[in-house]
Amino acid sequence: MDLIVVKNLVKQFGDFTAVNGINFSVKQGESFGLLGPNGAGKSSTMRIIGATSQRTSGEVLILGKDPEQAGPQIRAHLGVVPQQDNLDEELTCAENLYIYGRYFGLPKITVKNKLDELLEFAQLLDKKNSKVKSLSGGMKRRLTIARALVSDPDILMLDEPTTGLDPQARHILWDRLFRLKEKGVTLLITTHHMDEAEQLCDRLMVMDKGEIMAEGSPTELIKKYSTKEVLEVRFGSDRNSQMVEQLQSFADRLEELPDRLLLYTESGEDLLAKIVAANIHPNTSLVRRSSLEDVFLRLTGRSLIE
Amino acid sequence: MLISAAVSIAERQANRMGAKHYAGRSHVILERSLVALKSSNWFPVVSGFLEPLLYLFSFGYGVGTLIGDIQVSNGQVVSYAMFIAPGLLATSAMNGAIYDSTWNVYFKLHEGKIYHGMLATSLGPLDVALGEILTALIRGFAYAVGFMAVATPMGLIPSWWGVLAIPAAVLIAFGFASIGMAITSYFKSYQQMGLINISLLPIFLFSGSFYPLSVFPDWAQIIIKTLPLWHAIELIRNLSLGIINFSLLGHIAYFLVMIVVGLFFTTRRLNALFMR
Ligand SMILES: Nc1ncnc2c1ncn2[C@@H]1O[C@H](COP(=O)(O)OP(=O)(O)OP(=O)(O)O)[C@@H](O)[C@H]1O
Ligand SMILES: [Mg+2]
Repeated sequence: MDLIVVKNLVKQFGDFTAVNGINFSVKQGESFGLLGPNGAGKSSTMRIIGATSQRTSGEVLILGKDPEQAGPQIRAHLGVVPQQDNLDEELTCAENLYIYGRYFGLPKITVKNKLDELLEFAQLLDKKNSKVKSLSGGMKRRLTIARALVSDPDILMLDEPTTGLDPQARHILWDRLFRLKEKGVTLLITTHHMDEAEQLCDRLMVMDKGEIMAEGSPTELIKKYSTKEVLEVRFGSDRNSQMVEQLQSFADRLEELPDRLLLYTESGEDLLAKIVAANIHPNTSLVRRSSLEDVFLRLTGRSLIE
Repeated sequence: MLISAAVSIAERQANRMGAKHYAGRSHVILERSLVALKSSNWFPVVSGFLEPLLYLFSFGYGVGTLIGDIQVSNGQVVSYAMFIAPGLLATSAMNGAIYDSTWNVYFKLHEGKIYHGMLATSLGPLDVALGEILTALIRGFAYAVGFMAVATPMGLIPSWWGVLAIPAAVLIAFGFASIGMAITSYFKSYQQMGLINISLLPIFLFSGSFYPLSVFPDWAQIIIKTLPLWHAIELIRNLSLGIINFSLLGHIAYFLVMIVVGLFFTTRRLNALFMR
């Protein structure tokens, strides 16, 4: 069953078109990712699906309902983690979770019984009665994610969930999201982290300038838009661009980044041997497998490494 | 798919008229205010209560001794303190309501992003508007009760009709809160918000709390009679002095219109703000 169906969705802000006629759908229990550079229209798309933003045109159905007609009913199914935390800074951690549950109309006792479990999820049990104001950025992020779970959502929408989290907290979060997915929760995630997308998403969509550039599972995308391996070579920042012409013919494809050249090929070792045989000696070289990073670079011409 | 409690609660409301704006749950917004109040700064709350009492003591008894008695609309002669007490009660209902519905709302709207969070749940914009106004109302009610508790034993509320001044104060608070929130939702900067305070002061000074309107020329009286605080003061003064006539209905109607107009624009504006 398709939980989310989006057809020819357009979102304009004045004259500016942020989302330009996109189509996609998400099945129940699936984990679907939106990838794209800044300003691609990911958050705009998320807000429309979250029934907190009006589309300019097109069709959107969430569980068979139009978010503009049945906002409260649709939002009751959703757990939303917005890109920017909007916690209630005047309240404590526990109060934030409690009152959010109350917004959904849950009985007081039901919410109270959930607090510890959610705080545990956010690893904030020891901060239970601390004001949100006093939390660090990463702690606020974790609390926002826990808050989205208070209503037992069917669809969890996470807009760059791990921004501001340290590596350990990120891995813990991935693990927990994975468990939610196993329980049948549908995940809709935007991210700039390719590793996150590869870890979490069954299927993803690369967006740029309001349009869909490609769609598929991480492996499909890598297969389709990149080669098996990548040879990264560095000649020092002033020589990199001089080497482009010489190296172009060796690889299937070449990308020039400010600090290195990426050579796409089926076998990185073989390619390196050929280059060396042609008497070209990079300062450093590295062979690695292709990743979504490369797909992204190919499709948008931009690197995502932050 | 298992149906969560949140979903079944929302579905119950689904077929009601206006269900996309109102989930019938404005009391949870009030609950939020009460939770926040527990640990917040009580100073503005207490000062809002004390302010009219300070005016009552200083003007009622200080200035009052110089002025002597005052004749009111039905010819009755009352002491100056008795004359200004209802005006101060009306003003305090107004101030309490305005404080909650303007500066508080502005902060939540623009700085705290609190409404963004609320409206990502199954609440609708009318829940938020009504909930905030309900909060303002309760403050207006508390101030009214507090004021009456001081003024009545001092003999400043001569008529039994005066008991109705409390619900009247709530009605007044409702009207001001509703309009206050509507105006605030359209304002975009602190400068604009400052206008509210600047315009409240002359309204307070000229609406007849401290002297009868008859001191002004006719044209000025007409202007003042369009202002909400004048209606509020007349309503409460007439009740507390036991002057009961049809004009009371006019004042009540004035506030009912304020409430409806305010709620209409607030809901519309919140929708526009949050459904961009
Ligand atoms: N409320 C708004 N008013 C005007 N323009 C907006 C508004 N919200 C977004 N935009 C514009 O729409 C475009 C897409 O924005 P959006 O936030 O959807 O991008 P994004 O893909 O989430 O980017 P990021 O990775 O930076 O979060 C941007 O060019 C942005 O300037
Ligand atoms: Mg975004």
